[in-house]
Amino acid sequence: MTKTDLTRRRVLKSGAVAGAGLALPTMFTSGAYAFTNEPMGGTVTLGFNVPQSGPYADEGADELRAYQLAVEHLNGEGDGGMLNTFSSKALEGNGILGKKVDYVTGDTQTKSDAARASAKSMIEKDGAVMITGGSSSGVAVAVQGLCQEAGVIFMAGLTHSNDTTGKDKKANGFRHFFNAYMSGAALAPVLAARYGTDRKAYHLTADYTWGWTQEESIAAATEALGWQTVNKVRTPLGAGDFSSYITPVLQTDADVLILNHYGGDMVNSLTNAVQFGLRDKMVNGKQFEIVVPLFSRLMARGAGENIKGILGSTNWHWSLTDEGSQAFVKSFGTKYGFPPSQAAHTCYVQTLLYADAVARAGSFNPCAVVEALEGYEFDGLGNGPTLYRAEDHQCFKDVLVVRGKENPTSEFDLLEVVEITPAAQVTYAPDHPMFAGGALGECNAG
Amino acid sequence: METILLQLLNGLDKGSAYALIALGLTLIFGTLGVVNFAHGALFMIGAFCAVTLSRLLNLSFETVDPTRTDFLGNPLKVKTPYVEAWFGPDFGHALIDWSVPLAILFSIPIMIAVGFIMERGLIKHFYKRPHADQILVTFGLAIVLQEVIKYVYGANPISTPAPDAFKGSFDFGALLGFDPNLIIYPYWRLIYFGFAAVVIGAVFSFLQFTTFGMVVRAGMADRETVGLLGINIDRRFTLMFGLAAAVAGMAGVMYAPILSPNYHMGMDFLVLSFVVVVVGGMGSLPGAVAAGFLLGILESFASMNWIKDIIPGIDQIIIYVVAIVILLTRPRGLMGRKGVMEE
Repeated sequence: MTKTDLTRRRVLKSGAVAGAGLALPTMFTSGAYAFTNEPMGGTVTLGFNVPQSGPYADEGADELRAYQLAVEHLNGEGDGGMLNTFSSKALEGNGILGKKVDYVTGDTQTKSDAARASAKSMIEKDGAVMITGGSSSGVAVAVQGLCQEAGVIFMAGLTHSNDTTGKDKKANGFRHFFNAYMSGAALAPVLAARYGTDRKAYHLTADYTWGWTQEESIAAATEALGWQTVNKVRTPLGAGDFSSYITPVLQTDADVLILNHYGGDMVNSLTNAVQFGLRDKMVNGKQFEIVVPLFSRLMARGAGENIKGILGSTNWHWSLTDEGSQAFVKSFGTKYGFPPSQAAHTCYVQTLLYADAVARAGSFNPCAVVEALEGYEFDGLGNGPTLYRAEDHQCFKDVLVVRGKENPTSEFDLLEVVEITPAAQVTYAPDHPMFAGGALGECNAG
Repeated sequence: METILLQLLNGLDKGSAYALIALGLTLIFGTLGVVNFAHGALFMIGAFCAVTLSRLLNLSFETVDPTRTDFLGNPLKVKTPYVEAWFGPDFGHALIDWSVPLAILFSIPIMIAVGFIMERGLIKHFYKRPHADQILVTFGLAIVLQEVIKYVYGANPISTPAPDAFKGSFDFGALLGFDPNLIIYPYWRLIYFGFAAVVIGAVFSFLQFTTFGMVVRAGMADRETVGLLGINIDRRFTLMFGLAAAVAGMAGVMYAPILSPNYHMGMDFLVLSFVVVVVGGMGSLPGAVAAGFLLGILESFASMNWIKDIIPGIDQIIIYVVAIVILLTRPRGLMGRKGVMEE
């Protein structure tokens, strides 16, 4: 039996010392820094929060490659990439405001809690002044909320749910990637032109925020053009074999199947649908068609030949011939040996846009950055003239309608652009019902 | 009626995969007494055997085509598979096209070797440890194996198509007097069902009609007595582990065209297969097969839209609900033996 000599007085004394110790960092930071993680030395740290494990790890790896390329270009290394074509000339290749750009990385694991934990660690331990990345809307919404509370800027990576800049929008968060509404608005006219206005659509939808908003957006856009929605069936994430969801489609009079799936779910549901002969089927005297509203080239590889001829939409594609896209593909392709994905593109652009906003604002203060980005119009970054709308921090730009290529010349040559839908056609009012329910609030500098 | 027939076919197909995995699981449990949570990983490794053979057959040399350019504007490097250069374009192409069926032959020695190394290298050290330890170590092993696969092959699913001859669907409806194109079912899934039936039949025949199988069955019933007869039952059980690994591997190879292989497909099947084993009765081979098909069919029927309209989400929980009901009414499962996991 050991005897402890703890007394009430000693416990209180220890508690007071420990409390003062814990409070010390905050006491100093509140006086010394004007905002969270104000860069004081010769470097500035950015936090790249991407899925390095889990089902979207390959997409995360491509995002990270793009971030590393962006850091090189910001620091004046390499060929400069899209800095040479960017309409703003505030960046001079000497870091950001003369500070060399450094970075830390976190692993979101495509899980909201893990993504928040890694973002928190990069902000609190590594002093990251901006967090960017991600490959899922659930993660984007979670990390955006955390960055708002912490007083740092969040530049979203690949997130397509309407909610990110809709009901869950935050003053400190910005999205360059397009959204589900835009996919619907861009796709519907192309679908009507190719498949006619008298169609019956059957939706299979991933059962989470992104799937719901995409289903709502595509159904609204196609119904406005005369299509009927026969059924909307929710499927669990990671269902694996979708055969039991595909076979009921055969029993209806639907003549179009819309797959509101992404990643592995998209690969499996599309593969199953093709295996069940849906594409060879004639219904109502018409050829049965399959539509995948959000395409990703990285994922399309998993579906192999099954994507041939399938229509969908994408934020950007390496085959674009504008100056900005070509400069980025050249930089990325020379460094890594293959063309970048749309995820890589949006992450690269977001890093440049943040750096440019800081340079134009002359400060890393998040509120100054917010002011510089709100209502900002730019060009030369691969999507044509683009606006960062002040009301919801969503980028408005052209949207690409793509189709699985019939005769690919390489393993990267899977999609072909069939139409570039002008930004005006995919623009909506800030108070559109699909985006209602949230408020940006005030910017938080920490 | 058509819907019911289609979902029945779907259920038989899913049930085939569950039954094949559960068969191996219960074989290992019945012989070695080990609860092997790494068994799903063996299914996954099998699927990646198909991917590996496909990649090996697609190994190519490059020739420059100056008339075309790549994405950077450089002359395009055209890839030609070595097998097409060696055996002629037609035969070489046929070899690549038939990579999945060929992968069955490729996978058997690999899976037996993986099973042997797994059993001799790690699992045998846990025979006398509690089931909780066995579950932890095999679960850990499953995670290690799936991370290794992810490191080598990446995180995205990899398309591994069936031979061109088996693409498309068979019109069951026309055969049964329904309208054409009403009840169609993909050829490859029908082949999978037939393949599962053959493998299950072969395993049962092996255990039932060979001396080796007889000794194994005797060992499953009373290991000590068989040992006292001077038979090295441990060696036979190790071989059974290899056999179970080969069955799981072959199931994975044949499933690759149905579900593009990805590193976590084993884990997705493992949990359901365990439920299958428990429902069938721990250690009962016929129980595992019967429960595999039963739960596959039930899961398929529960996915029907009108059933989900009545009970939303039932497709996600039906297997567990049935498992609870069966375990409450028949605590040893459908065909469980007395004394198994009851000490």
